[in-house]
Amino acid sequence: MNVIEVNKLSKHFGPFKAVDEISFTVSRGEIFGFLGANGAGKTTAMRMLCGLSLPTQGEASVAGFDLYKNAEDIKRNIGYMSQKFSLYDDLTIRENIRFYGGFYGLDDEQIKTKTRSMLHQLKLEKDAHKMVKSLPLGWKQKLAFSVALLHEPQIVFLDEPTGGVDPITRREFWSMIYAASDNGTTVFVTTHYMDEAEYCHRVSIMVDGKIDAMGSPTDLKEKFSARHMGDVFLKLARKAKRGDE
Amino acid sequence: MPASTQMKSVIVKNVKKTFRAGKLKVTALENISFEVTPGELFGVIGPDGAGKTTLFRILTTLMLADEGVAEVDGLDVVKDFKTIRKQVGYMPGRFSLYQDLTVEENLSFFATLFNTSISENYDLVKDIYVQIEPFKHRKAGALSGGMKQKLALSCALIHRPSVLFLDEPTTGVDALSRQEFWELLRNLQKQDITIVVSTPYMDEAGLCNRVALLQEGKILDIDSPLGIIGKFKKPLWAIQSKTMYRLMMDLKKMVDVESCFPFGQEHHIMLRREDMVHSLERDLVALGHTQLKIKRIEATIEDAFMELMKPH
Repeated sequence: MNVIEVNKLSKHFGPFKAVDEISFTVSRGEIFGFLGANGAGKTTAMRMLCGLSLPTQGEASVAGFDLYKNAEDIKRNIGYMSQKFSLYDDLTIRENIRFYGGFYGLDDEQIKTKTRSMLHQLKLEKDAHKMVKSLPLGWKQKLAFSVALLHEPQIVFLDEPTGGVDPITRREFWSMIYAASDNGTTVFVTTHYMDEAEYCHRVSIMVDGKIDAMGSPTDLKEKFSARHMGDVFLKLARKAKRGDE
Repeated sequence: MPASTQMKSVIVKNVKKTFRAGKLKVTALENISFEVTPGELFGVIGPDGAGKTTLFRILTTLMLADEGVAEVDGLDVVKDFKTIRKQVGYMPGRFSLYQDLTVEENLSFFATLFNTSISENYDLVKDIYVQIEPFKHRKAGALSGGMKQKLALSCALIHRPSVLFLDEPTTGVDALSRQEFWELLRNLQKQDITIVVSTPYMDEAGLCNRVALLQEGKILDIDSPLGIIGKFKKPLWAIQSKTMYRLMMDLKKMVDVESCFPFGQEHHIMLRREDMVHSLERDLVALGHTQLKIKRIEATIEDAFMELMKPH
């Protein structure tokens, strides 16, 4: 079953084709790495898929909802986190969970149950009353990821979730991604760490608004005669003509 | 690396810095000491929150340490702050550009601040500036991340500083732009500029002459990249199988395995005893793993960093 279907999706800003006829599908439980150089069009594409920006042309559905007609339904059925935007620093851990629970339409009983299980899983029971700003970045990111899954969305969009995180926590974070995927949640993730590209089931690489390559890390490495995903990325990114606009 | 001279470009001795926010007390730097030799490319490697920016702000005289002393170019960061500000270049992590000035206006503004002109030191910034020159009439705010980074570097260099401080110049930048940026740094080093650069990317450590590994305000180690790797004495293996996630779960359950971390297409594992590798392979085959590949490997900086992070 495909939870994301994209067909010739484009977004133009005047004469500039930020996203130029991209097509792909992502299936249930898949970890899909969405790579590209700065300015290749990743953010624009991701904003459309999250229902935050209307396409210029093309079709797409996310979690079974049409991008043009049901943007609000999409927002309710996805989770989102990034390094820049995740939790409210001036609220405690418990308050953040309650806020997002309410935001996603969970009732009090559900919020209570979720809070308990989440604090237990993250071993944060004793810290629930602490302000989020007092947490180390790594904890914050793990908490943010759990919060993004609070309403059990079909898909979670992760925009550079591990930027700046220490190497051990970065790996713990990926264990959480695998666990979510095992539970059937689709994970759509961007990253600048090329080792993390290897952890995805499939990867797409955008160059100048188009998807230039797509496949499993093993297939891509074979196709481009590369030793690592980093080499595949460099080979493709070097072809970019428009620079990072 | 250049021959060591009496003078050091940077001296940091027992520097400590604590921040308070209400009841919260955070130790940003805990008794930090190191030295940087003239002409050196010195890396400060560590994740967010390690204390990198605090260190850079103290060295560029923008913040006072609670304890300890620091010198840049033989000048005291407290007493001689005015002279230091004239002599060093600083590229902060958050872009320091004037968003509503054009590319060219930003550069000439920074030149004017230091009583110089773009033409006077053009040879120094030329390699970098030519890449953004086609957009010189564009407002800095309308530039992409990669181009802003190159403009900020040009601005930090325009007065020909003796020491250049770059705070996370490559954070959030794609792998190709990062590679290009490091090539620029190596060219600058040839022009006798001492460079102190911070980064959260462990793979960039190998491009420095020496690095300080920083975590939670403490220096875990200072050495050349090869020196750091050389100190990693435990036997390390890279392991692959057809199903990598299951392989990790299985390895983590095995008592002989001291640690297992995913590293791109491989997992890196440490064993409690070197000869356990033979039984390990047999055990994994018994668990149904296929296409197994196990090979002895050298540690990377990231392996070393994670080993040093462990509580001892």
